[in-house]
Amino acid sequence: MSTNASILAGRVPGAGRGRVTPAAALRHGLIVARRNLLQVRGNPQLLMFLVVQPILFVLLFVYVFGGAISGSSRQYVQFVIPGIIVQTVVFATAITGIGLNEDLAKGIIDRFRSLPIARSAVLAGRILSDAVRLVATLGVILLVGMLLGFRITSNPLAALGGLLLVIAFGMALSWVAALIGLSVRDPETAQSAGFIWMFPLTFASSVFAPPETMPGWLQPVVEANPITLVADALRGLLLGGPALTPALQTLAWVVALTVVFAPLAIRRYRRLS
Amino acid sequence: MAVMIQAEGLAKSFGTTRALDGVDLEVEGGTVLGLLGPNGAGKTTTVRILATLLEPTTGSAQVGGHDVVRQPQQVRQLIGLTGQYAAVDESLSGTENLYMLGRLLGLDRPKARRRAAEMLERFDLADAAGRMVRTYSGGMRRRLDLAASLVGRPPVLFLDEPTTGLDPRSRNGLWAVIRELVAEGTTVLLTTQYMEEADQLADRIAVMDHGQVIAHGTSDALKAELGGQVLEVRPADPADLDRAAAVLAELTGGQASIDPDIRQISVPMPDPAWLLVAVRRLDQAGIVVVDLALRRPSLDEVFLALTGRPAEAPLVEHPQAAEETAA
Repeated sequence: MSTNASILAGRVPGAGRGRVTPAAALRHGLIVARRNLLQVRGNPQLLMFLVVQPILFVLLFVYVFGGAISGSSRQYVQFVIPGIIVQTVVFATAITGIGLNEDLAKGIIDRFRSLPIARSAVLAGRILSDAVRLVATLGVILLVGMLLGFRITSNPLAALGGLLLVIAFGMALSWVAALIGLSVRDPETAQSAGFIWMFPLTFASSVFAPPETMPGWLQPVVEANPITLVADALRGLLLGGPALTPALQTLAWVVALTVVFAPLAIRRYRRLS
Repeated sequence: MAVMIQAEGLAKSFGTTRALDGVDLEVEGGTVLGLLGPNGAGKTTTVRILATLLEPTTGSAQVGGHDVVRQPQQVRQLIGLTGQYAAVDESLSGTENLYMLGRLLGLDRPKARRRAAEMLERFDLADAAGRMVRTYSGGMRRRLDLAASLVGRPPVLFLDEPTTGLDPRSRNGLWAVIRELVAEGTTVLLTTQYMEEADQLADRIAVMDHGQVIAHGTSDALKAELGGQVLEVRPADPADLDRAAAVLAELTGGQASIDPDIRQISVPMPDPAWLLVAVRRLDQAGIVVVDLALRRPSLDEVFLALTGRPAEAPLVEHPQAAEETAA
């Protein structure tokens, strides 16, 4: 290694072209996604948030509130598990924002941006890894739910469709979280900025209780709430009730959120200095 | 030798603050340029522009012949970057960090693994390779950050305050590695607040203040311009301070300043040969000295000479620029 030539010799194939092929862009996104997922191993609080908290929520709502809300825990299980799936997915998207903000604060995004990789890699990798985490968390809740007596009473196709729909909704919300995460000063703010709207939005929905049981003034809010739509759609698809309308409405929300927030998040990323 | 880094009239404004106000730079291949200046001088902004992380408001820059604004991807193929913050992933191991970078740079899996192992070995991190970076000491993290910037074997390296906050041993270790890299032909642009670091590592130094280069040249040339070294004397008896100062002032013809807190006299010493004369004169005056040292001018003294005010003078900064330069 004594001349410039030999320094260059050990380097990147395709150097000098300047544009990244779509195949390479995908590969970069996957590598970043893999790195995001590996981080969970070193981050026990993340694991807590993604696994333990949902389990606690399930236990809390089924056993503590179940009887009061629905008359019996058993009945409530069927109602609340799809709700908790939706709630967990919504909350889990906060991690997208926090993760990005941490990467930003710690200079890791600087390093990524100084590499000859696709500009989309960081965001794409983040959305992808969070989708994987959503699936894993979903699995945990279903498992725990089934242990508590929850049963999917529709058909496998509908059930799969429902779960995919929720994940798509989660990914759409991830773009919102990504925008917030890239815009605020520090991870703590990213966290509160996420939860400040997630909490009321989730509770003012059909996730935990049927809207009919809520006061009159709240019902229009709940009915307009997209989370209600997702929860209703998922219930229908997992349990066999009416699902088409809420499912289509959910899809509309997924598309709308993605179309609005994905470009905003990408633009915010591009504007980083 | 080819010019590897070049900047002409670089200027950058954040809102109403001019972080850079016309910076010209040139670094020849295989050499080290030290950017010396206090916080807020614009060193980090300059590096970020050259590393394609930031676009200049006006002016242009080329790295390896490619324009940083118009051909950023080509520039990125050539550079490695380490920052003050040691940008490595704490929740991953050393190996995983470097492996990921190798993969992102286009190495296949076996090659990326080998490159990671190689870099860890070179930076004396092989034992800690499998541990999470969170468990690393500050010095180890900096080494890993440097290793990370070198995974792609870049011909151009940007080191932004690489040893800030490190203990002397770690600092010397890092300096040794940097010297090796330069010997191998790497071009280095180094920013620092420490005159000694610039002195030790840089072939040429550019002094920055308020977004401009206010002086540049070799370390020796700059010191000569600033009147050479500084003699520091501490008399055993604090009552002797004034007398000792008078003796030294008379000898050198310069201004001897007294620091009452540390009971020390500093006087510029253009000619190191006067050291012996100074000792003799102090002895003749009956002044017992406990500490006597000849040292290079500090950044403060450099600044004082160049700008008429000390480097630590508070500067009004735009919050974003302050964020960039705050360590």
